Amino acid sequence: MTGGNQPEFLLGLLERMIEIREFEDGVKFLFLEGAMPGTIHQCQGQEATAVGVCSALASDDFITSTFRGHGHALAKGLSVQEMLDELFGAASGCAGGKGGSMHMGNMDKGMVPAIAIVAGGIPLAAGMALSFKLENKPQIVACFFGDGAVAEGAFHEAVNMAALWNLPVIFVCENNLYGASTRIDQVMKNTRIADRAAAYGFEGETVDGNDVLAVHEATRRAAAQCRAGKGPYLLELLTYRRTGHSRRDPTHYQPKDEKQAWFARDPIDRFAAQLQADGLIDAEGVKRLRAEVTKRFEAAVEIAKHATQPTLADLETDVFAEKEVA
Amino acid sequence: MKRQGIAEALRDGIAEEMQRDQRVFCIGEDIGVPGGWGGAFTVTLGLDEKFPGRIINTPIAELGFFGIAVGAAMMGSRPIADVQYGDFLFLASDQIINNAAKLHYMSGGKVSVPLVMRAPVGATGRGSQHAQNMERFFTGVPGLKVIAPSNAYDAKGMLKAAVRDDNPVLMFEHKLLYGSKGARAEPGAVDATSDIPEEDFTVPLDKAAVLRAGKDVTVIAWLLMAHFSMQAATRLAGENIAAEIIDARSLSPLDWTTLAASAKKTGRVVIVEEGPKTGGVGAEIAAGLGERVPGLRIERVASPDIPVPFTPVLENAYRPDVARIATAARRLVAQTQPLRRDL
Repeated sequence: MTGGNQPEFLLGLLERMIEIREFEDGVKFLFLEGAMPGTIHQCQGQEATAVGVCSALASDDFITSTFRGHGHALAKGLSVQEMLDELFGAASGCAGGKGGSMHMGNMDKGMVPAIAIVAGGIPLAAGMALSFKLENKPQIVACFFGDGAVAEGAFHEAVNMAALWNLPVIFVCENNLYGASTRIDQVMKNTRIADRAAAYGFEGETVDGNDVLAVHEATRRAAAQCRAGKGPYLLELLTYRRTGHSRRDPTHYQPKDEKQAWFARDPIDRFAAQLQADGLIDAEGVKRLRAEVTKRFEAAVEIAKHATQPTLADLETDVFAEKEVA
Repeated sequence: MKRQGIAEALRDGIAEEMQRDQRVFCIGEDIGVPGGWGGAFTVTLGLDEKFPGRIINTPIAELGFFGIAVGAAMMGSRPIADVQYGDFLFLASDQIINNAAKLHYMSGGKVSVPLVMRAPVGATGRGSQHAQNMERFFTGVPGLKVIAPSNAYDAKGMLKAAVRDDNPVLMFEHKLLYGSKGARAEPGAVDATSDIPEEDFTVPLDKAAVLRAGKDVTVIAWLLMAHFSMQAATRLAGENIAAEIIDARSLSPLDWTTLAASAKKTGRVVIVEEGPKTGGVGAEIAAGLGERVPGLRIERVASPDIPVPFTPVLENAYRPDVARIATAARRLVAQTQPLRRDL
């Protein structure tokens, strides 16, 4: 089941998924409690897409993300601390408190700021890949977006050009069945999103997005194609959002039986069960792992709560970059 | 030194920057087709042969390829993206305004977008959707620099400065000023040629230019209107009115130092804008000068608040002309005393 992967690697995938779940649950509590400003869009239930994809990338490969980007950021290596600091609006946050929940990013870790306009990051990803190609760099781009983005013109324009120029970009569609509160079959006749690739002359496939190893393996194949100059690639990852579109959304539009069916396929529970079946960890070990992650998260929250806020002198800085010195 | 029009000067400027810096590339529609036009107004003609693989000819997809240009810029490339007509910038505006202009700020200064965008504007017999002046829609966007050169020297120098700048820069060019030749020549074109030095030069992106000094009234204009204002100044000089003509040139940020100094000197300002009066760049200039120069008298000469009409009879009435500029200046001088120096 877990193939030829090393135990440390597999346990790492589990830990990272638990970290994302813990982060999202903890952050939700902090928001509802009123401790944090702003709004949030969360990814509980979608941990395997973020972790499966990012674990198949090199550290200097890049990702683009969306308003629902906390999981992508953690999976690409951003620290819980720099993200919590950002959510608390602190100067030590990954965007100095100027970005917030919807614009997490860290260039040193291969993540440009998340783009919160639906599909707005898709042309960017193609352009990043074009830059890598023009400059003969080995890097590739993984571009996360949701099923809702597929109806946007930006998606179609960008994938067409990426295909035309064989750009090294993996288009990663997290199909969680809902764009905000609207179900996918209300907005498209052909709900098999991977089919879009063939229309533009490149390869696409649909993968169980709640199976972290399946996502990892599919991404590895797609990445190899991209690095061989045979990009782009479209991955449609079937998954489900266990929480509201944004805070305080009670998700009354998700039918009960649908919820139950997907909750039974929870990516973390499934992978933990797999690892237990393979004897890599026991139930006690999983419990211990969760407790360790919780402890680290709580410690980071305490630091973030007291992190220094930007001063008013920072209000008008960072509007323009200094002229290039060359 | 050689005499060049804007299209030729821009072509040379782009080629020189591509030669100087391997990271520079062009991306746009119909810019790299063998036997083609070199873009809608010949600016990139022949560059695809000189720089194979770096003149990227795109599908008709302004939103997509402007986003691609932004993404490439974020990774360290230095793209020059252009639209065939400025009107098409609306299609690309999500990428320009929400991404290119904001990414530096919303990343806390960690991302930069060294991107040049070029867009032809101006009423030129093409009706409502290929002829409007787009400056107004982009001058109020924080993080975006907007320039509008009126002659070949400025066009080349500002283009080079824009390529070397680490920020997104949107350059408006006027279709009647290109001096494009052959099949792409424009009827009614105005001579915007300059003497272009052989050596490398740049023109700053944040400085207005005083085209003609005068003490009685300041006329602020840009692109085609700068030329019309110079012609009006000649007429006014024959009536003993000394008009100071300023080419605003840098529309965002505006060069308040130069604009306000002239306004203080003359106490009277005529602002000339091709495009509807309401919500125009001229409105911003008027408000900014009003705040800086107490007692200043201002008059705006602009197009009526209508879409650009097609028929020449109506289009000529739409576009401010030399007579209207001169009339406004004359009226201001006749109606008002110069600004009191003791204020």
